[in-house]
Amino acid sequence: MVWVIGLMMVLMLATAIAALVLDNLIGATVAAASVSLGVSVLFVLLRAPDVALTEAAVGAGLAAFLLALALKRLGLWRIEVQQKEDGRAD
Amino acid sequence: MLTRAGPLLFAGGFAFLLFVLLAELPFGDPVMAVGRVVLDEAAATVGAANIVTSVVLAYRGIDTMGELAILFAAATAAGLVLGHPGKADQAEEAGGFILRAGADLLFPLLIVVGMYIILHGHLTPGGGFQGGVVLATAFVLPVLARPGQVPSHGALAIVEGLAGAVFIATGAAALAYDHEFLTPLLSPGRLGALVSAGTLPILYLAVGLKVGAELAGLLIRFTEADAESPR
Amino acid sequence: MNELVTVLLYVGAIGLLAIGIAGVLLSRHLFRIVLALSIAESGGNLLLVLTGFRWNAVAPIIEGAAQGTMVDPVPQAMVLTSIVIGVGVQALALAMAVRLRQAYGTLDIREIRARMEQDISDAADVVPPRSQQEPAGGRPLPPPSTAGLLTSKGSQA
Repeated sequence: MVWVIGLMMVLMLATAIAALVLDNLIGATVAAASVSLGVSVLFVLLRAPDVALTEAAVGAGLAAFLLALALKRLGLWRIEVQQKEDGRAD
Repeated sequence: MLTRAGPLLFAGGFAFLLFVLLAELPFGDPVMAVGRVVLDEAAATVGAANIVTSVVLAYRGIDTMGELAILFAAATAAGLVLGHPGKADQAEEAGGFILRAGADLLFPLLIVVGMYIILHGHLTPGGGFQGGVVLATAFVLPVLARPGQVPSHGALAIVEGLAGAVFIATGAAALAYDHEFLTPLLSPGRLGALVSAGTLPILYLAVGLKVGAELAGLLIRFTEADAESPR
Repeated sequence: MNELVTVLLYVGAIGLLAIGIAGVLLSRHLFRIVLALSIAESGGNLLLVLTGFRWNAVAPIIEGAAQGTMVDPVPQAMVLTSIVIGVGVQALALAMAVRLRQAYGTLDIREIRARMEQDISDAADVVPPRSQQEPAGGRPLPPPSTAGLLTSKGSQA
């Protein structure tokens, strides 16, 4: 069980940092959904199936759907990233 | 670079503070006496096989009502902020064949799964919130496939209002029997049966329908909003 | 082995919380602030469930015969509420981001703040302040002149 917890922890922290660092906003949204996925698996290992079901349905399902809808409405649904004048696309 | 050091230092110090505080707590041996009392008495008093459900609805029913209020406030405020949809002449192209066929096939499946999760909330992991989220997705998927045909916001508002009223009425009915607000009525029944745990299935059904209607209305309002055109 | 699991779980939960808070403070794009907020909420919920964990226990669901000890169910009920409230807050934040984009055309918080200050100063008909400490619209009173004081003291002495 230790290596499963370690693997999930590495996945969570790596995708959390990726969500803040990636230039492409679609990639950042997918990374945020992966954080919810890792946390949901950890909830199962911590003997909390109700909470795991809620986190998977809400965090990885509804929140990712909401973020993607908002991205589409904000006009930021692009694969390549536009560079601004000062070179930063943050 | 120096201005970024401040927030990083704050986050690092906050993490260190939490670490030091949590090292004092005995991990794996919860100190809360409420938990032990609930585990001992929940099966006999409330009768739900899922003890978390009995905590959410029977022991802490007021917190669930507060959560419903917060969700209602957030959905209403988001609907107010987004405002009315723009002009209808901006014709959205309908989804492709795969999206339309998939949405038609998934719609009854999602409704069945959602209602199953809601109705078995007191027996297996699940309940009103999880099933409500699945129901909301079931109603938004056809809107993605065919952007013109939107379920009426009035019908969704009526379902949401009626479900909320049923929740509060069931809680207030306990007052008529000299109990406190939201005490579960009706006998606990046999542990593990579908009809058991008193009024808990009714409460969770009301919660599930309310959450589903609210989130569906919010998501449909999002699909209609348009940020590109300046107001 | 137990200590290793404990340290791993705590590092994961507190790490998520710290990454989320640092992301909210350091990001310039409004969408990324909402993402960082959702990450911080996941970390906080994980920390709450960790307080109810018990070694060698089962999930709090009764099936058939009685099992051994179960984990604490009260933090799990609190986290159920917290997750749903989190998604409600995210929905409201994204709705406000859509309206801000409609009004200002950008999602960079520094540009939005500058334009908001400009709009507020224009609506109040004052010059926008150059610094945070200067009162809006200039000094309220003229600086006191010392000419009258000096002559009266000089005549008394």
